Amino acid sequence: MNIHTTPQRTPAETALIDAFGDRLSLLPGDGTVMLKRDDAIEAIKSGLPTRRIESWHYTDLRRLLTSVPDFDPAAAPNAIAPIVEGSAVLPVLNGVSSTKTPDIEGIAVQRLSEKLTDGSIAPGLDRYGADDAIGALNTAFVADGYFVDIADGTELDKPIELQNLQSGGQTHVRLLTRVGAGAKAVIVERQTGEGAALVSSVSQLLLGEGADVTWLIVQEQPDTATHLAQFKAHLGKDSKLTLFVMNAGGKLVRQEIVVKTTGEGADFTLRGINLLAGDTHTDVTMVLDHAVPHTASTEVIRNVVTGRARGVFQGRINVHQYAQKTNAKMACNTLLLSDDGEFSTKPELEIFADDVVCGHGATVTEIDHSHLFYLMARGIDEKTARGFLVKAFVAEVIEELDDEAIVEALEARLDDWFLAHG
Amino acid sequence: MLEIKNLHARIVDDGTEIIRGLNLTVKAGEVAAIMGPNGSGKSTLSYILAGREDYEVTEGDILYNGQSILEMDPAERAAAGIFLAFQYPMEIPGVATMEFLKVAMNEQRKARGEEPLKIPEFLKRVKDAAALLNMDMAMLKRPLNVGFSGGEKKRAEILQMKLLEPKLCVLDETDSGLDIDALKIVSEGVNALRAPDRAMVIITHYQRLLQYIVPDSVHVLYRGQVVKSGDKSLALDLEANGYAGVIGEAA
Repeated sequence: MNIHTTPQRTPAETALIDAFGDRLSLLPGDGTVMLKRDDAIEAIKSGLPTRRIESWHYTDLRRLLTSVPDFDPAAAPNAIAPIVEGSAVLPVLNGVSSTKTPDIEGIAVQRLSEKLTDGSIAPGLDRYGADDAIGALNTAFVADGYFVDIADGTELDKPIELQNLQSGGQTHVRLLTRVGAGAKAVIVERQTGEGAALVSSVSQLLLGEGADVTWLIVQEQPDTATHLAQFKAHLGKDSKLTLFVMNAGGKLVRQEIVVKTTGEGADFTLRGINLLAGDTHTDVTMVLDHAVPHTASTEVIRNVVTGRARGVFQGRINVHQYAQKTNAKMACNTLLLSDDGEFSTKPELEIFADDVVCGHGATVTEIDHSHLFYLMARGIDEKTARGFLVKAFVAEVIEELDDEAIVEALEARLDDWFLAHG
Repeated sequence: MLEIKNLHARIVDDGTEIIRGLNLTVKAGEVAAIMGPNGSGKSTLSYILAGREDYEVTEGDILYNGQSILEMDPAERAAAGIFLAFQYPMEIPGVATMEFLKVAMNEQRKARGEEPLKIPEFLKRVKDAAALLNMDMAMLKRPLNVGFSGGEKKRAEILQMKLLEPKLCVLDETDSGLDIDALKIVSEGVNALRAPDRAMVIITHYQRLLQYIVPDSVHVLYRGQVVKSGDKSLALDLEANGYAGVIGEAA
């Protein structure tokens, strides 16, 4: 009897494996890095994850990734202005970082290709689990990005904007940031472009003791692009991270968030907005580990679903045995505006400590008719009033950020989306 | 200005008839008080005038300046000059009050073929109106009605009424939840809006409000009908003797 367990490769899998062979000679990396790349491509050879893998249940990557574009060395994305005026911009164009880096006191910027070449990044290239397909894809192909090192005690008065811009083809980028003890920064991660691209982007953030960071991911890929992204952070003692994720584009999007509190007193806030339209698929998957006592987290995700769009939020909170006094709250609220749209929410709390406060909640609603009546009774026509209420539903999360320049910048992105999809 | 003729209306969801053959005429410049016991249909009447979809008119008509408004949606009615001050104004998180006021004013101006207000002019109008109602501008920086006390919500309703300059004002239990000082301020705000070309329908359970906003006519609503009409002395009579007498006569 012939038991054949490996299914036939999909065109996308074949394209990735072939591309790796073609790209290998161009990829930077010392021996260790190249070994990690080999491991990573082996993982892809064993097949992209399907719905049978629990963490990919709602996003069957093998089925959804129907094609993979070739690398396009000639792709030349246009530069864009940062969302907050005066930000220090670090652009990655078509997967390549810039040789010119801004000169800001307290910040050292290095091109990631250098860290691949000298191998110093190698330990960070490991996958975090057997189901880490995005990590594998990125490790296999990553050629560039930035390493941003913010010195202890540095307080930035303007944001740093990391821009990952594509104009078709494949780009695989890694953005590494270390924020020193007591340092304070706002970092914008901009993911956008104009081509039918395959993008993998992995951000890694290390927060030192008492560091305070607001990290904003603004993803506005065109509805032809596949965007596979990962954000990984370690939160040191008494550090504070506010992560804001806005998905407002992309055909197939998966944004993974992997956060670990490693120091007591660490505080993590996640706020997310998914604006879903057309025939698209967007997945936000979070794995949060409360690994030490006395740490807190809150997560609020707001989704607006229109057209035939499908959305997913998976939020997993692991409270380790010694992580007493953990305080974790998670909420996922969806405004479903079309009969053909759908949103799946999967909260998971795995708690091994016995003295914790943890909770989660999920709602799916339509527009509140009494609110609509109130606005219309003031002469606001139905279409405008509906737009008002939909925007209000997500703007509430933005306003919590409590920084006027950032709130204005994000609301402008919101307005752009509503203008295009209103 | 307002003519309600043999109006019958029911709740869409369960078919319960609330308004059962109501007749009422309010002239331009007139302030009409609608009084009545709980459950007589007072608030329902206010919602029907504003065009709330939860109620269905099954018979009769509502004429505003001689035209039926039954086919108009709430926004069209508001643009035509009908304003409802809500008994329970909605809290709408995420909608900035100032933005809401600006859009509402400009939408109505647009419907009337007027240019949108310039920002300084808009701000001036809001500031003047807020001062008149003893409202703190900081309140208006909050999301719409969110975290407002009962009294603040009622003031905010009158502020909107002043800014939108309607021709027919319907005030639904504007006095509920107000302490005596707030009641005076709100009443002064309403009285300042009395004008020969503007009619007001004041819905209230108690005579108290009518000491401050003196009506030209008083109508008693019971079981969805106007069972008695009179001048302001009728309100005093009701206060002294209760609804029982009037209702008894009607029955």
